[in-house]
Amino acid sequence: MVELRDYDGPVRPTWCRGCGNYAILNTLKRALVAVGLAPHEVLIATGIGCGSKLPDYVTVNGFTSLHGRPIPIAQGVHLANHGLKVIVVSGDGDTYGEGGNHFINALRRNADITIIVQDNRVYGLTKGQYSPTSPKGFPTKTSPAPAGVIDLPINPIALALALGATFIARSWSGALTHLADTMVAALRHRGSALLDVLQPCVTFNRNYAYDYYRPRVYKVEEESDYDPADREGAWKKAHEWGDHIPLGVIYRVEGLPTYEDQVAALAAGPLVEQGFRAWTEADYRALEAEFL
Amino acid sequence: MPTNDMTFKIGGEAGQGVESSGIGFAKALARGGLHVFGLQDYMSRIRGGHNFYQIRVGDRPLYSHTDEVHLLLALQSETIERHRGEIVAGGGIICDDGLEVNGEELTGRGIKLFRLPLIRIAEEVGDKIMSNTAALGAAAGVVEYDFERVASVIRDNFAKKGQPVVDANLGVARRACDFAREHYAASFDYRLKSIDAPPRMVINGNHALCLGALLAGCRFVSAYPMTPITPIIEWMSTHAARYGLVVKQAEDEIAAICMAIGANHAGVRALTTTSGGGFCLMVEGLGLAGMTETPLVIVEGQRPGPSTGMPTRTEQGDLLFALHASQGDFPRIVLAPGSVEECFDAGWRAFNLAEKYQCPVIVLIDTFLANSVRTVDRKDLHFEAVEIDRGALLTKEELDRLSDGYARYTITETGISPRALPGHPNAVFVACSDEHTESGHFEDEDPDNRVRMVEKRLRKLEAAVRDMRPPTLFGSPRADTTFIGWGSSYGPVREAVDRLNEEGERVNFLHFTDLWPFAADGIGPRLEPAGRLVAVENNATGQFARFLRAGTGIRVDEMLLRHDGRPLSPEYVLSGFKR
Repeated sequence: MVELRDYDGPVRPTWCRGCGNYAILNTLKRALVAVGLAPHEVLIATGIGCGSKLPDYVTVNGFTSLHGRPIPIAQGVHLANHGLKVIVVSGDGDTYGEGGNHFINALRRNADITIIVQDNRVYGLTKGQYSPTSPKGFPTKTSPAPAGVIDLPINPIALALALGATFIARSWSGALTHLADTMVAALRHRGSALLDVLQPCVTFNRNYAYDYYRPRVYKVEEESDYDPADREGAWKKAHEWGDHIPLGVIYRVEGLPTYEDQVAALAAGPLVEQGFRAWTEADYRALEAEFL
Repeated sequence: MPTNDMTFKIGGEAGQGVESSGIGFAKALARGGLHVFGLQDYMSRIRGGHNFYQIRVGDRPLYSHTDEVHLLLALQSETIERHRGEIVAGGGIICDDGLEVNGEELTGRGIKLFRLPLIRIAEEVGDKIMSNTAALGAAAGVVEYDFERVASVIRDNFAKKGQPVVDANLGVARRACDFAREHYAASFDYRLKSIDAPPRMVINGNHALCLGALLAGCRFVSAYPMTPITPIIEWMSTHAARYGLVVKQAEDEIAAICMAIGANHAGVRALTTTSGGGFCLMVEGLGLAGMTETPLVIVEGQRPGPSTGMPTRTEQGDLLFALHASQGDFPRIVLAPGSVEECFDAGWRAFNLAEKYQCPVIVLIDTFLANSVRTVDRKDLHFEAVEIDRGALLTKEELDRLSDGYARYTITETGISPRALPGHPNAVFVACSDEHTESGHFEDEDPDNRVRMVEKRLRKLEAAVRDMRPPTLFGSPRADTTFIGWGSSYGPVREAVDRLNEEGERVNFLHFTDLWPFAADGIGPRLEPAGRLVAVENNATGQFARFLRAGTGIRVDEMLLRHDGRPLSPEYVLSGFKR
């Protein structure tokens, strides 16, 4: 029986006091226990940034990779061993900027991985440059006032929906129970699951921290008539922002085949457990015959 | 009458089936017990332009194409205009009788023009599209080659398209063969005769690498298509069902290398393939494999660069790039096979070396080696000799016995840390792209730890160098001139050396395949007795010569280089030598 302390890590986080990443770390540990996974059954791939240091602070199989690259690393791991639960934890710069192409392609192929995005809308570890989700006009060190950021921010929810993603959710670091419930739902989903977590950076993005989000967020689960299976309704929700920011499972479709389900070689079990073929003279002859 | 020693060249537009006809004819010759070497030359376009396929045939093993052509099969007039100068006196041209040809200069040089109604035969017996088949039939006829060998390849190649297509092609080939034999064989001196020999494979470097990798237990390939290595992922894809492979065409080369790293990390032997341009994108992944000590095999098929360069052409221009790619110092292994047999060996050795030394292994080939087919006996590919050595990989039983934790990057004398795969409760661990401690944690940034870890990783090369194959010497140990080459220059230089020695020169050839780690200590003594040292390379600056000097202090006397996008040939080496 897996317990929360099984996930305790030997290293204390170096995140700032009040950082939204603490909530994500603690919730992730709880969610993994809730779905009954032990640390050795899980692999967490991360990119680069404050949040991507997470594998150092928890006992779990980890792969702290390159900026933008945890998604293809995760897919490679999972295709080789789909017995592991493979989770990507990375920031908005990693996922929507540097790794944007991987994000797009993983979702459209319904790779069976969970992607948790620590979306603080700023580059924190490099101390305050704008990110792919920074609002237009946002002043940072690389987008000085008065103009601020010129680019329009990425809308991850709408983008994921357009790509045919099968599980799309948003939560935030200021609502621990909601974050935990949504994370459990994401982990239980078969296929690509995106959980975008609004994560205050209290040092480099005070404009969009707890005080900003608290009065604006609401939970779609509390709307009696919201149906996350309704694609058109989800499309509308995906575009709500500003004074009303929807949290929760925005879109979900279950029962579609994952990428892995459709790879013939994986039907016989995890590739890594299939072992090496014992080559026979008949095999050799068949290989030779192709070239005769 | 010269028998079983000649070169065919088939030329035409892209889309006229030049390559498929060429490989088909090469197989037909191989089935008659003859040795062949097939050179593919094509432009980066789907239709039009001018492509050729050149087949050298002989009754002894061949290692290279040669520049001289004895029989040109011209599917368009441009073929004749481009290649008439390569035809030897007494050679011939097969073409449709409707083709406009300036014949005077040709006949003046003793070149015979064999005009046949190729298109009419194709139209009457089958379909106009089969005029390439007609040309092959005519070629067999004019050299009086055993038609049944050609027929057997036609049957195999068109079987998938159904009996009517097979029959039509056979009919076209037969009619053209009879026509050519009847009208022209008597006036042509060259002959091909089947000889009794065991069946031989007709295989190129790409496919030899595939076989080596497959037999080594490679089960995962992630790649982005790029000339010249696309045939590797195509072959792997068509064999995925039979051999239980996962082949993923990734969204880009960055994803391709990262997926392969992920799969290797999880314990499956995984391959990624690319050319120089894609390798540029992969470089951060190369460093990641180095830092995380993840086994990884990369096949890099060189073509002329920089940038898009000449996509379908050949060059050995990425040697120094492959040796030095990525920031920082970390161990890598670089193999540069030079023949089909060496490609096969590199295909399986790379996986053992990658797992044994837990580092990236780059197999450097090029367009010339990737696409050129050669006849080889299966016994020369040594299927049975493939061994699987996973190095210090902890077994499940060993992991079961672990009681006090597991540190992925344990410092050892050899630098090789016992490796666990993720999934065992006794070995939960992190692979880390930041500099890290033995347990994979990274945040203390301790300078002493940094030194220990850098040195630990680099120490792996001390053992790896003992697994590197020394260069092969061809020719006598003492010579007035020693050619030095690496990778695909092997065939052309070897043939040139043989010819020079037959002419009474004293030359030999040192051929390098295993380039890094470089056994520099062993090289100096081998080169000391040499006279003039000549580096032969298919690049503009003599990259190996520079590498050799950096590693050994030995400076070559001359460099014989080619960088026009075309492969070296024996004649190119000979003319350079004589200059």
